[in-house]
Amino acid sequence: MSSNPNESAGPVTMMQAPLYLQYRFTAGTSSLSFLHAIKRGRLIGRRCPGCESVYIPCRGSCARCGVATCDNIELTDEGVIDKFTVVHIPIPNNPIKPPFVVAHIRLNGADNAFHHLIGEVDNDKVKLGMKVKAVWRPESEWDYGLDNIRYFKPLGGEHD
Amino acid sequence: MANHAAVIGVGQVKYQTQRDDVSIAGLVREAAQNALDDAQLEWSDIDAVVIGKAPDMFEGHMMPELYLADALCATNKPILRVHTAGSVGGSTAIVAASHVQSGVFERVLTVAYEKQSESNAMWALSSKQPFATHLNAGAGGFFAPLIREYIQRSNAPAEVGMQVAVKDRLHALRNPLAHLHMPDIDLATVEASPMLWEPLRFLESCPSSDGACAMIIGSERAAAASPKKPAWIRGTAMRSEPTNFAGREQVNPQAGIDCAKDVYRQAGIQNPRKDLDTAEIYVPFSWYEPMWLENLGFCDIGEGWKLTLEGATSLPEGGDIPWNCSGGVLSTNPIGASGMIRFAEAAQQVRGLAGDYQVEGTQLALGHAYGGGAQFFSMWVVGAEKQ
Repeated sequence: MSSNPNESAGPVTMMQAPLYLQYRFTAGTSSLSFLHAIKRGRLIGRRCPGCESVYIPCRGSCARCGVATCDNIELTDEGVIDKFTVVHIPIPNNPIKPPFVVAHIRLNGADNAFHHLIGEVDNDKVKLGMKVKAVWRPESEWDYGLDNIRYFKPLGGEHD
Repeated sequence: MANHAAVIGVGQVKYQTQRDDVSIAGLVREAAQNALDDAQLEWSDIDAVVIGKAPDMFEGHMMPELYLADALCATNKPILRVHTAGSVGGSTAIVAASHVQSGVFERVLTVAYEKQSESNAMWALSSKQPFATHLNAGAGGFFAPLIREYIQRSNAPAEVGMQVAVKDRLHALRNPLAHLHMPDIDLATVEASPMLWEPLRFLESCPSSDGACAMIIGSERAAAASPKKPAWIRGTAMRSEPTNFAGREQVNPQAGIDCAKDVYRQAGIQNPRKDLDTAEIYVPFSWYEPMWLENLGFCDIGEGWKLTLEGATSLPEGGDIPWNCSGGVLSTNPIGASGMIRFAEAAQQVRGLAGDYQVEGTQLALGHAYGGGAQFFSMWVVGAEKQ
């Protein structure tokens, strides 16, 4: 495939050759407990027996202590904004329209953070440490993944 | 106790957006040939080849060490590929150095490259991952939240990032090989450039470059026979840590602190700001200059931005610790090569071969690279003297 279909415009110097890969994914025991729970609208984390940190999504081991995590811990869908940025460029193959806020969300009772969107607030009103709550998609759309949560919104409405 | 090793040849290419006159093999060959010419050696003088590049996902070339073996005359020689994400150029040089320090090899060719025009490095690592939200907005999207956190913690004024963006581009004007040459660059131009990931603007981010960088690393005997001044490798260190764990300090990573301490100890450095004459530090986004000034112990925590504002890191302003005199990653970014360029430019400074961006009388210089989620670090200190 020529990047330049007009032959009179000169020699072909570049061709596009996209690669597509399909994976068979083995999630492992701890990820499975998280995925089965979120399919039902619940949030399960896992505790490290060494440092007592709770990881969500679940991880099979604590990367700090290097030991296997043990107990499953159920968490609520409320937490805080740990870090964030306002993204002004579109992500390819993603319908989200910029500018949008990507935040590191730390759920209450968890010790790590995951990335998610912030909604129902002006981008310039978002602050570090802001308390947020998940806004879920309709139950009929729930699948195995964090996309079951549409975004997180500020908790309680009014914020400084 | 390791044997002495030195950089006895450096080869680079003119960095630009697209090198459509050469293949990837041609590009690495050009850098390697330039390094051989600099060392006044032949291909047959090389005992082993160590090659590095950033993730295979970029150009879609799997196992580049196989594809590139013939272009690098590696037939009947050991060839080894190194990968540590964005820090790979540095870690590749360190692996090559240890080949020589071990006493097994006399002269090792090391080369690192990226041909961003044949890849989509901006988005190659940001595709949708299974079971996760699709919010990976490129490297800038990853680092911007950490930068915001740094600004909040340190109360740094907004212009610090823009000042780094200007300073490194002014440095690049002295380096004919640099990708970006922007003679009219100033704070207003940077400020007027589009916001990409708050607080990072377009001109506070690195460009996409094609390029390769190579070095010949030789033993003490090879260095003695070398026609040009060698850069003695006085210390090398690598550290890594996982991307994500509970309580991870992402803004000022422990792996970077430990790596710096290790390399300073080997080189006998007590006070990096005083003892080093210059440094080539991996700064792909402007704010990483003050962040690494602190991480690398050039100042106390929270003080890095003050050094930047005072001009301490600027060559034309006569700063006492000029950083990235070659223009740095902000002016030239063939990702896999960017770390090796830092290491090679540090070597050129102690060899006295840095041309218009030479820091006069450089005795000790630091080369630094980082990669992944600021979790892989590689550093070396090179000196004009053996010890």
